[in-house]
This record gives sequence, structure tokens and C-alpha cells, in this order.
Amino acid sequence: MDFFIQQIASGLTSGAIYACVALGLVMIYVSTDHINFAQGEMAMFATYLAWAMINAGVPYWIAFGLTIAVAFFGGLFIQRVILKPLEHAPVLALVVCFIALLSIFNAIAGMIWSYTIKQFPSPFPSHDLFGNGLVSVQQLGVVGVTLVMLGLLTVFFRFTTLGLAMRAAAQNPASARLMGVRVAWMLALGWGLAASIGAIAGMLVAPIVFLDPNMMNGILVYGFASALVGGIGNPMGAVAGGFIVGVLENLVGSYVIGNELKLSFALVVVVGVLLLKPAGLFGRVIVRRV
Amino acid sequence: MTANWANKRGVGAGALLAWAGLALLPLIGFITENTSFDYYMYMGQSMLIYAIAVLGLNLLIGFNGQISLGHSAFFALGAYTTAILMNFGGWPYWATLPIAALVCFLAGLAFGFPALKLEGHYLALATFTLAIAMPQLLKYKAIAGWTGGVGGVLLDKPDPPEWTGLSADQFLYYLCLFCAMSLFWLVFNLLRGRSGRAIMAIRDHTMAASTMGIDIARYKTVAFGISAGITGIAGALSAITVAYVAPDSFTLQLSISFLVGLVVGGIASLPGCLIGGAFIVLVQNSAQSISDWMKGTFALRYDVPAWAIYGVLLLALMYVLPDGIAGGCARIRAWWTTRGRREAQS
Repeated sequence: MDFFIQQIASGLTSGAIYACVALGLVMIYVSTDHINFAQGEMAMFATYLAWAMINAGVPYWIAFGLTIAVAFFGGLFIQRVILKPLEHAPVLALVVCFIALLSIFNAIAGMIWSYTIKQFPSPFPSHDLFGNGLVSVQQLGVVGVTLVMLGLLTVFFRFTTLGLAMRAAAQNPASARLMGVRVAWMLALGWGLAASIGAIAGMLVAPIVFLDPNMMNGILVYGFASALVGGIGNPMGAVAGGFIVGVLENLVGSYVIGNELKLSFALVVVVGVLLLKPAGLFGRVIVRRV
Repeated sequence: MTANWANKRGVGAGALLAWAGLALLPLIGFITENTSFDYYMYMGQSMLIYAIAVLGLNLLIGFNGQISLGHSAFFALGAYTTAILMNFGGWPYWATLPIAALVCFLAGLAFGFPALKLEGHYLALATFTLAIAMPQLLKYKAIAGWTGGVGGVLLDKPDPPEWTGLSADQFLYYLCLFCAMSLFWLVFNLLRGRSGRAIMAIRDHTMAASTMGIDIARYKTVAFGISAGITGIAGALSAITVAYVAPDSFTLQLSISFLVGLVVGGIASLPGCLIGGAFIVLVQNSAQSISDWMKGTFALRYDVPAWAIYGVLLLALMYVLPDGIAGGCARIRAWWTTRGRREAQS
């Protein structure tokens, strides 16, 4: 039973991280209909920035905040400068563009910080919460940070004018434009937010999997799986999907297929959801008129 | 996209010349004293192998409009099929090629069914996942007895038949060239006929194609199968020429290099596949010298890795030359042939 609870706890921890990655993906998908293959590498790059700052003596939480801000402007920059010219390009051009970003970020991180594995500090102590070896403070902290971020995002989208404008731009760009919303900038803001959320995911996962340029590869796949399980157009669904995939992954990994095949589990989830229930658990079924 | 390329006159002669030129290259080995000639032959093999893989990918992406980032998985499957047959079955290398093609064709067909329901980004996503999961699947303990687990499988390089008088690398070059020629010919004929028009019609407008009576599901799955089969042959050839397979050589990066070859050479262009294949190997081989040159010229503090070059190049091509080198050449040719008309107008 103890083992089971431990698995659930670590499943929720990784679930929180998948939820962040999925949320970043959904953020971009909702506003532009693109699936950002570079989401993982952007997060990885931001995490390296945080690592560099912490190594230079900046206190953890200040580095945390700075990284989020830098990632935000980085995302803004990518959308405005790199993706804007490809606005009306075919899907293939966009996929190629995302893959290009992925390789550039990966290569530059490897170039500056080398491919050796680095330790990333965690702000949370690693000891147990109740002293019975079931749930650690670290795990609770990861889930806590995710939930706080989620709360802030909800407040932002529900109760601020800017959040409302962003939602309007995503749902009906033409009408939003007529109402005076600067749709193009809303898309860029969406990218900025996605990059920031990714940066948080990267900084949360780095103490667990260690920092290296390829650390987000597998996590990105789980992020995809989570976003799809929750319905890729639905932020709340993405978070729920993250926790579902995280727990399932741990249970399936420890009881059914073993840890070696965990990534294949993500593959099965991705293909399975796309085939059987493309709208996900909480997504809307999109009917296309021709 | 240049859908009518196959009907143009002059393609046949140019292609024949190009292939003849490629076939004559190894003969330089008999007159040159250069000690690294065998290495150049090895590079030639890799170029042809990449060209075949890009050809498979191009059939799917360029001509059928299905985006795949997972072709490294089919490449791996072909390589492992050959490796296992040669190592455990004691098969001769040439006999493993059709089996590898068949296995990959079936795998591609199987993956083509879920792919039917997916379009654009979603298909890219599903195949992306496949590419990332593949190395882990190959390392799986239960099949490690066959695949050699993390360590992979070591093979013997085939000896050339004595009557040819060729060195091993020259002989393998001809093997790759033969496969490449046959496959290019096959794809050329496939695309020129009724099926080819159907495949391209699906890319251009699926619904219109379906109204015209084209069986979308059948053509799409079969195109996926053939594409995977071709890439599988490339994988099998790479296992034979490198004489070694290991799970970590079949990562997402391999898929990305196919994509680079495809985009650089030219989407929906057959000569573009050859250009792309050559390009991949050239960049991989000269990455160090490019990096040194850039370090010297721009006084950089760091090495510039090949992947950064690939990435920047992909981005740049999407802006300035979305149809690749082959497309660019076609445009220059069109500009050149219509110059008289333009002058008359002005």
C-alpha cells in the first residue's frame, strides 16, 4: 500500500510538470492552431538561463522570476520576428520552422553549456512531509507551484481586460479586431505566456531529471499526451490531462510494463486518443463546414 | 509545387546523365593515389542512403501531403531487420533487403491506418512521438537477445565478388547506387501514372480528390507503406555499409536530418532527394570546418554545432526558398527560358 501511495505521489508530481508543458502547448494551440514542437527546448533553454543565474550567485526565487520574465520576452520575440512572416504559410512550413527552432535551441544550449549533466537546485527541502516516507516536501512544492500558477492564469483570463482581449482574439479574431483588440499582439502575448509557463515547467523538472540539453524530449511527449487527453483546446483539460497521464504513467510503469517502456506508453496514449477520442476528455468536438 | 515535372521533356536525358556520372565516380579509384579515396566512397554510400531515405519521405510529405517526423523509426526497423537476419539467420546481405522493405512496408501500412484520421499538425505530432519512443523500444530488455540492447549488433562487411576487382567500399557504393536507381525509377513511374496523379490530387485537395472517386484511405495508407518501405531499404543499406546498428543512432535527430534533406533539396522533387542526401552528409562531415571558419571569422567563443547550422538553414529556406534547391533551379530555368518574351514586352 505504501508503495502504491508513493507511486501516486510521484505520479502527481510528474503530472504537475506535464500539466505545465501541456498548458504551454494549449496556450499556443488555442490562439494559432499550431502545435509547438519547440516548447520543450524553449523550456530547457530557459532552465539553463536560470541555472547560469543561480551559479552567478543570484538567489533562487529572484532567478526564478527573472527567468520567467526573460522567457516571456523570448516567446514574444519568436512570435513577432520568426513566425509572423509565415502567418499564411502551409502547415509543413510551420512544422519545419518549429523543428528548426528545436534544433537551434538544443544546439545552442549544448554549445554554451555543453552536454554534460548538471545538477539544478531545488527550492524545496527533499525530506519527508510526515516522516513516513510517503510524500516529500519537494513533491508537494512542485504541485503547489503548478496550482498557484494555474490560479494566477485563471484570474488573469477571467478578471482582467487583457485576459478577456486575449480570449476574444483566440475565439474570433475577426470580430475581436473590429472591437479594437490588436489580435497580432495577442498572439505574441500568448507565445510569451507559453514560454513562461514552459520555463516554470523546466525549472520544476530540472532538480528531478537533472539538467541537460535533451532533458525535455521525453517530457514534451508526455506534455503532448496530456494536452491531447484533456482536449488540446482546453487549458483546464490540459492540467487535468497532465495529472491523469502522470499518475497513469507511474502506475503502468511500476505495475504493468516496467520503467523501460514508459515512453512507448506515451506513444500509445497519443495515438490512442487521436484515434478514439480526438477531442479529448474535456475538449469540444470541432465540426468543420466545407 | 511542380506537379507537372514528370511530363516535361528533357528530364529523362538529364537523369540518365546524372546517374551515369554517379556510376563512373568509383572508377576514379583505379587512377588515383589518394589514400582517403575509400573514405570518399563511404561518404558517397551515405549520400545515396540518405537520398533514398529522403526519397521515401518526399513521396509521403512532398507528393502525398502527409507530414511525418517519424521516419527514423522505419529507418531503424529496416536496419534492425537486416542486422537480425544477417546475424542470427546467416542470410546473405542482399537477400535481407527485400525482407527489410517488406517489414517496413507492413509497419508503414499499419501506422498509415491511424494516420488516416490525422492531418497536418496532428500527424506530425503522432509521428514525432514515434521517433522519440523508438530508441527506447529498441533497448527493451525482452528483445535484447535479438537487438543487442543498448550495445547494438555488430555485423560483417560483405566482401565484393572477386571477379569485379573492386574494393569493399567501391562495391558497396555500387550496391547503394543500384538500390537508389531502382527506387528512384520505381517512384518516378509510380508518380507518372494514374496512382501518382491520385496521390498528388489527395495532397492538393483531398475532398475534391474524393469526389473524383479516388479511394483516399487506400491511397494514403499505401503511400505511407511504400514511403516507409523505401526508407526501410535505406536503413537496411546503412546497416550493411556501417556494419553496425545501435539504438541511439535512430533518434529524432535522424528524422530531422531527413527533413533537412527534403527541404534543402526540394519538396516534391525527385532530383531534390539526391541533392538533399548529398547535402546532409556534406554538412555532417564539414561541420567542424564550418564551425572553425565561423569561429575565426566572427571571433566566436564557442564551437558552432551542426544542428545550429541545420536549424538556421531550415528557417532561412522557409523564408527565401521554400521549394529548395531543385525548386530554385527550376525557377532560374523558367526565368532563363522566358527571357526573350520579357525583352519583347519591354
